[in-house]
Formats: sequence, C-alpha cells, structure tokens
Amino acid sequence: MTTYDYDREYARISRRRVLKGAAAMAAIGIPAPHYLRHARAQTGPIKIGFPVPLSGPYSSEAQDQARCAQIAVDMFNAAGGLKGRMAELLVRDDKLNPGEAATRTQELIESDKVNFVCGSLSASVQLAVNNVAKARGVIYNSISQSDSINEASDFSRFTFHEAMNPHITAGAVARYLLPKFGKKVAFLTADYAFGWEMVKGFKRAGEQFGIQDVIEIKHPIGQPDYSAFFPRIQAAKPDILFISNFGRDQLNSIKQANDFGLKNQMKIGVSVLLYIQRLAGGGQPFEGVIGGANYYWELEDTVPTAKRLNDAYRKKHNTVPSDYAAYGFAGIYGLLEGVKKAGTTDTDAVIAAMESMKYDAYKGEQSFRKCDHQAVQSVLVLESKPDSKVKQKVDTCNIVAMEKGGEDRLRSCKELGHG
Amino acid sequence: MNSPVDPARLSISVPAAAPVRTRLKGLVEISTEHRVVLALAFLVIFPWFAPYEALAVNILVFGLFAVGYNLIYGYTGMLSFGHAALFGLGAYGAGIPIAKFGWHVLPALGLGILVAGAGAAMIGWFATRTRGIYFAMVTLAAAQVVYYIAFQWVAMTGGEDGLRGVNVGVVNLLGLHLNLLDPRTKYYAILLVVGLALWAFSRILQSPFGAVLEAVRENERRAAACGYNVRRVRLLAFTLSGLFSGLAGALYGIHLSVVPIETLHYFTSATVLMMTLLGGMGTFFGPFVGAFTYLLLADVVTVITVHWQLFVGGLFVFLILFFPRGIWGSLMHWAER
Amino acid sequence: MTFDLFLLQFFTGLALGSIFVLVALGLSLIFGLLTVVNFAHGQFYMLGAYAGAFVLAWTGSFWIAFLVVPLLVGAIGMLCERVLVRPLYGRGIDYPLLLTFGLGLMLLDGVSMIAGTEGVPFDTPAGLTGAVNLGLFYFPKYRLFLIVVTALLLIALWLFLEKTSYGLIIRAGALDSEIVQILGVNISRIWLVVFGIGIGIAGLAGLLAAPMRGVFPEMGIPVLVEAFVVTVVGGMGSLVGAVVAGLLVGVTYSFTAFYFPQMAQLSMFILMGVVLVLCPRGLFGRAGVLG
Repeated sequence: MTTYDYDREYARISRRRVLKGAAAMAAIGIPAPHYLRHARAQTGPIKIGFPVPLSGPYSSEAQDQARCAQIAVDMFNAAGGLKGRMAELLVRDDKLNPGEAATRTQELIESDKVNFVCGSLSASVQLAVNNVAKARGVIYNSISQSDSINEASDFSRFTFHEAMNPHITAGAVARYLLPKFGKKVAFLTADYAFGWEMVKGFKRAGEQFGIQDVIEIKHPIGQPDYSAFFPRIQAAKPDILFISNFGRDQLNSIKQANDFGLKNQMKIGVSVLLYIQRLAGGGQPFEGVIGGANYYWELEDTVPTAKRLNDAYRKKHNTVPSDYAAYGFAGIYGLLEGVKKAGTTDTDAVIAAMESMKYDAYKGEQSFRKCDHQAVQSVLVLESKPDSKVKQKVDTCNIVAMEKGGEDRLRSCKELGHG
Repeated sequence: MNSPVDPARLSISVPAAAPVRTRLKGLVEISTEHRVVLALAFLVIFPWFAPYEALAVNILVFGLFAVGYNLIYGYTGMLSFGHAALFGLGAYGAGIPIAKFGWHVLPALGLGILVAGAGAAMIGWFATRTRGIYFAMVTLAAAQVVYYIAFQWVAMTGGEDGLRGVNVGVVNLLGLHLNLLDPRTKYYAILLVVGLALWAFSRILQSPFGAVLEAVRENERRAAACGYNVRRVRLLAFTLSGLFSGLAGALYGIHLSVVPIETLHYFTSATVLMMTLLGGMGTFFGPFVGAFTYLLLADVVTVITVHWQLFVGGLFVFLILFFPRGIWGSLMHWAER
Repeated sequence: MTFDLFLLQFFTGLALGSIFVLVALGLSLIFGLLTVVNFAHGQFYMLGAYAGAFVLAWTGSFWIAFLVVPLLVGAIGMLCERVLVRPLYGRGIDYPLLLTFGLGLMLLDGVSMIAGTEGVPFDTPAGLTGAVNLGLFYFPKYRLFLIVVTALLLIALWLFLEKTSYGLIIRAGALDSEIVQILGVNISRIWLVVFGIGIGIAGLAGLLAAPMRGVFPEMGIPVLVEAFVVTVVGGMGSLVGAVVAGLLVGVTYSFTAFYFPQMAQLSMFILMGVVLVLCPRGLFGRAGVLG
C-alpha cells in the first residue's frame, strides 16, 4: 500500500511547525518568539485544514480523500489561485475520535491559522469539529454522511455539508427497490444515530409506495454475529431486506446473510454501498446487493466533470478514486469555488458566495440550500456485480439508477428546526 | 493479588535527617519537598515550547487524570480497568449543565467532581469486594454500564454523537475578564485548576492517610493487623481517585467544547493506565510525565506516519523491558543513587 | 418464543460460545501457568485469521490452513515469549500486562502496514456453505462445524493434559512451579510450550471465525474483552471454567440479542458482575490451579 507520496506532501507543512517546537524544546530555557495573535490572514497562502481518520479502520478511505482533496487544491493553484494566492492543504489525523478531532481542529485554527476547515468521516467527529470551528467563526465544510449536522441545534452559518445524509441515500434506494421488488420490508438496523436515520429515510420515501414494515431488528454496532437475527427475518417473509449499517458491520451482516441463504428469499438493499468495503468483501457476498452512493467512477462515461476528476486522479495514482474520496475532492472544490466567487477569503463574503453559487464538482450541478447549507446533489443507486462479471478490479458495480438532486428529497427546513 | 512495588521507586520517602552526600541527591530532596511548586513552574513555561496549545491543555488534563489514577494504582496497588467511567462522569457531569442548562463554569465543575465522586463511591463499593484482576474486571464491567447508559440517554448526553455545546466563552471571575477561546488564557486557567488539584493531591499523600495507602499496598495483612479497615481504606482511595479523575474529565469537556462518548470507552481506561506506567507509578510526578510523553509522541508521530500505534507500542515494549520504573521513576532512581 | 426458535438461539449461542471458549482457553492457560495477563491475545487471534487467509490464497485449501495456522501462530507466540515475556517473570502481573499491551499495538499496526487496513476477503470453505436441516430448523453448516471442531479440540486438550506425562508436568507446574523445578524439570521450557499452545489455539480461533466475521486488523480488540470476561467468569486459570463460561456467555449473548439487541454486549458484563459478586474468584477459580 503506497501512502508514501501522500505522506510527504502533507507532512511537509506541518513538520515545519513541529520541528520548530521540538528544536525549541531541545534548547530548554530559551523561549520561542512571543505568541502573536493576528486576524486570519487575508494575504499569503489560503490554508485549509483537513482532519480525517488517517489511522484506524477507515484509513484507506481517509487517505484516498486526502489525495482527492489535494487534487482539488492543485486544480485551483494551476488556474492561478486567487489573484496569485495559492491554496494549501493541511491534512491531520483525527484517529476517528471526536476528542482528537476537536484538538486537531483547535490546533489548525489557533496555531496553524487556517482559513477554512473541511473533512471528517464519522458523524460524531464532524459534530465535534463543527462545534469547535463555529465557536471560532471558521467555515467548516463537512464530508461526513450524517443527518444531525443539518439540525438547528448543531447548525451555524459557518457550517456547510457537502456530503449527503442517510435520508437522501436511503430514500433513493427505497424509491428504486419498492416498485421493483415489493412492498414488504424487513429492517436490520445498527443501533445508533446513523442506523436510525437510514431507516427513517427509507420509510419516509417508501410511504408513497405503500411500504409494509414486517419486522425491524436493531443490533449493537460492532456486532460480530448476526445469526440470531436471520431466522426471525426469514420467518417474516419480506420482499426486501434493508440493512442499515456501515463499514465492517455491513460486510459482516451481508456475508452472514449470504451464508444463511437469505438472498434466495429476498432482495438485499443497503443505504450506502461503500466502494472500499465492497472491494474488501469480495464479489461473492455482495452479489446483487443494491446500495446508494455519491459517486462511482463509471459516471465519467456520461458526466464530463467526473471524467475530469478521474483523469486527474489517474494521472497521479494510476487508478480511479473511490466514492468517499470524491467527497474529499468536492468538499475542497466547493470551498475554493466560494473563495473564487467572493474574490476574497473573508469569511462573511465566502459564506454569502457559497450560499448563492451553483457548482459542478464531479457529478453535475450542485448548490447549497440556504437554511441548512446542505449540498443538493444527485444520488446514484448501484448494484454489486458478481465476480464472474467483473472485468477489472475496480469494476465492482453497475449504476442502475441516478436520481437528480432536489430540495424535495431532503427533510424540510422546518422539520430540522430552522425558522 | 497485589503487585510488589520497589520502594526505591518512591520519591517521597526520603528521611529528613539523612546526610546529604552529593549535590544531586540534595537536589532530589529539595525537589521532593517542593515538588508541586517545581511542577507548576515547569508547566507555566511549557506553552512557550509546546508545538500546540491545544496539545498542552490535553497534557494538563490527562496528566491530572493519570495522577488521580495513580492514587489507587501506584499508591494503593489496585489495578482498575474502569477509570474511564470516572473521567466520563466528570466530563458529562460538568458538560451537561453547561450545554443544556446554561450553568456558569465554576458550579458546573463542582457538579462534575461530585458526580464522579459519587460514581466512584458506588462502583468502589462493589469492586472492593474483590481484588487483583477480578477487581479490575468489576471496574471494567461498571464502566461498560456507564457507557451504555450514556449511549442510550441521547436526550441528555447526545448518545453516540457526543455532547455538543459545552461552550464556555468568557468567564468573569473576581473582576478578571477571561476569554477562554484564547488558547493561552485557557491554558493558564486550566493550569490554575490543575495546580490546585495537584497541591491537594500532594497534601493527601503526605497525610497519615497517604501512609496507610502505601501500607495497604505493601502488605495488606499487616495493615489489617495494625487495625486498619482495609476495605474502607480502598473504598476511600477509590472515591478520592474518582474526584481527581472527574475533575480532569470536566476540564476535558470544557477544553474541547464537546464531550465525546469515547471518554467512557475502555480504550480511555487503557490509555490512562499506559500513561501512568509509562511515567512511573508510585511516583508523584510520574503519571504526568507519562501523559506528557504519550500525548506528545502520538501527536508528533502522526505527523510523520499514520502508524503511530506501532511506535507507541514499540516504545512500550522497550520501556518495559529496560526501564520498568517508567521514565520518571527511572530518572528518580538514577538520581538517588 | 417457540421451542424451535429457542433451540435455534441456543445453538447459535453455542457456536458463538465456541469462539469464546477457544480464545479464553488460551488466555486462561497462559494466566494459570505463567501468571501472565496476555493483552496481545486478541491480536494473535487476528494473526491466525490473516495467516489463514494467506495460506488459503497460497494453497487453495482451507484444511491445510487449519493444520498450519495454529502451528505457525503458536511458533510466533513462542518467539514472543522467549524474547519479550521471559525477562519479566517474577516481577508481578503488571509488567507482562503492559508489555503484551504494547506488543498488541505493534502487531495491529504491523499487520495494517503489511496487509492494508481494509481487510481481506475470506469466503466460507466450499462444502461448508449453506444450511443443514436439523429437523426443527435450518442451521448454517459452518457453525455446526465450528461447534463440532471445538468439542473435538477440547477432548484432545483434555486427553493431553490428563493422560500424557507432559500434561501431568504442566498441571504440576501450575500447582507449584518451584517443586517441579526442584524435581529437575526445566520449567521454562514448559512455560514456552504452554504459551505456544495457548497462542496457537487463539490463532486457530481466528481462522475459524474468519469466514463468519471477516478478516481485518481490528478484529481482535472486541474479542480480547470478550475473552477476559469469559476467563474471569470461569475463573482465571481454570480450563473447565473457560469452557463452561464461554458457552454460558455465548448463550446469554444470543438470547439477549433476541429480546433486547441493544443490551446484548452489556449482558456479558452484567453476567460477569453478578458472578463476581457471588463468587469473587469466578465460577471455578482457585488461585493458580489448572483443570
């Protein structure tokens, strides 16, 4: 696994700061230059902090995201930057831990003096980063899929949400599955906020098709063994089994569902079919599973900006970016488009610019809804291919549907608590 | 099963009447007597060469946590796997009033400490019925229960997403206008609280109770024979430890402006154990040094490589094999020779 | 709850418990004889799964992996014992605990570095896929295999400890290592072998769990906690305890998952708490005795 080129890139900037501190420590007793406070820089490089879980279970996704984020920065700089001011990406490891993330964000804002923050993968981490950034008046563009950040209690005018939320993806999957496979749905849900949000989104979208909830089973996160649940699901005779979990849990539940022969009796759908997880799980267990995604590389056949991203990524890394990696690109792209439109890095101007702009990062037109700064975007519905049909390693899925973005797919502003 | 501790590792039992043979030994004596002042002096100048203030505050917080942990582990010989519960109770105990009810930071701190102390007393009551590795496992079980409650009680704690909104902006105290969003001010404010706590801790250790703790650790039967109610001593030590750990937790929440659910996770318990052993258990300053080293390493190493766990693990193995007294403990031991 | 559903949950619990038993056995063996609390035990379990995936990819046969993995992982365990754990004997339980903790971190990150963090695929071996009709319900073939294999392993281990002279020495060593040394037995070699056996069983457990749970670097962490719970419930150092407790915890988990899924993981800890309050040394625990 080559992380080498990426390591060097992001280490370059932060190492300077750390070595300065370390050198000063070595000469104990000689105080470093007095701590100067000044307003966030309106000249000099445009710094964007990027905390992501580089270590831990999602490190592959996170490193991919950092690679794509860098591509967005490079694109911006290659076009001349902002009147000559170049952008700089400061990548940090949040270790998938909100406490670490909050610390990193404070470091980025207070000591590294970043102009903006973007990043995070897990829901709790993004909320922690958001809390820290908004208290200090710094724009944060979250690329973590979660519903809570749209809600009034966490939202602030500095908060932007590039990623989709479970409501959108689950809804898209529901709208695809129900007309095709039947009305009776069994739910296997991870017992945490993300899981519940997916179920809610699915049920909401399913109402128009007359969805019947035949059984709902909640399991604890990190559940290793699902065998206790499958007999009950089978007994309920659903047409569709909707599994609302993520990452390893999804992999394990699908593997075990496969073992129990559930696929012969029902169609399995998930809210988010994670690209890297699908690669790790292999074709056999995932075969035929339907899931939502924000991106799949084959979009390049129909969408020019997808091709733009893929080509830039291929040039540097010889393969295509994953779905989550594309979020890394889009998050940074969105921020920098806002900067370009505003003509300055002044926070209020950039907020106004981002609220009113339309941008096309990698899959067609997107914009930010005014009340909660949620990026309105298209959703893909994918079906996982069996190993026999896979032509090359990255050829994991077929795009079976693409839903255009629309504010009607989101929960209403009122529902989220905004005026 | 109590673990025998090398008395030479203790830096507090230096008899006052011993003749001073070398300057270094004299220095150690003096620094032992005035250890709190020296510790604080170091911490006052620390931000000048720390790479990040936020990191420096983390060091203060975890240093205090480890010191609290050390009260029962290093000084009383009780291994606990559940201290995250006390840390977390303090964090939520202070965080919830601030975030949900708009309390002022000082009474919130007080409530955090009380909640943690009460939790420690309850957990301790059950746990002190057992000893050794079983005691450790009971504390782990108790911590898991607390974790579960916090996870499920979403309305109060935010559940898995953590408690957000622990925003302490400007604190008006005794005519001083402290802006805790300024990293330096926050550091010194927290240092003040930690300093007071360390002073209190030092007083406890120097009191007769402190001596009883060590007696219980060294030879439980003997201590019982001397008339001490060992179980009650243990329970009291555990509760006190809870107060310090809870204070550390409360400060952590205020520092981060969020209380993550991970503060209650057993990994936090493992981390504080690591820090205490790294620095040297049974020494006053050791846990602080351990926290300092661990956090600095984790922060610095992640800049260079994502595989920080490999390095920290390797460091552990190295230290245990060659410097089992921990960093500070080994330093003290070497200085006393 | 109907009778067939009850039986199904029970069997599921047995299968789950089998993994617990195998991991806890190794942990209890090592603690009982060497007084070492092995915090790296979960990572050796993980190593077993990875080694299995590797051997499977290399030879294409699950059965070869079944034979090779415990030997391979056991050998690695013995190497660790010789180099890292050996110097710490006689210093109380804290040092080996911390050392194995650090070792665990190193193993986890080491494996991530070599094999990546996203995990490797591990399909259920052909011939063991699908479900068998047990009359009252369908049960996955692989899980049945797991229960049977665990039972056979336990019998083999029991025979080894009870009926062979080597087993006799091990049991004597657990009872009183000093006397055994005086009698002229090289106790450090016994410890080495026991450590190896304990680790080897853990590695085998990882291999057996891989088709059900996948193979990824963090897979050992929850297993370690579960193994500790089981070992403590059964009594540290007691093999009978590890078996009884492992199955008890497995079944408890399975039934709690049925009625209160959110509480399933907590139920293990509550069970442990209750047992410890009633029997502070665990169900079968006596200090330093094996069997």
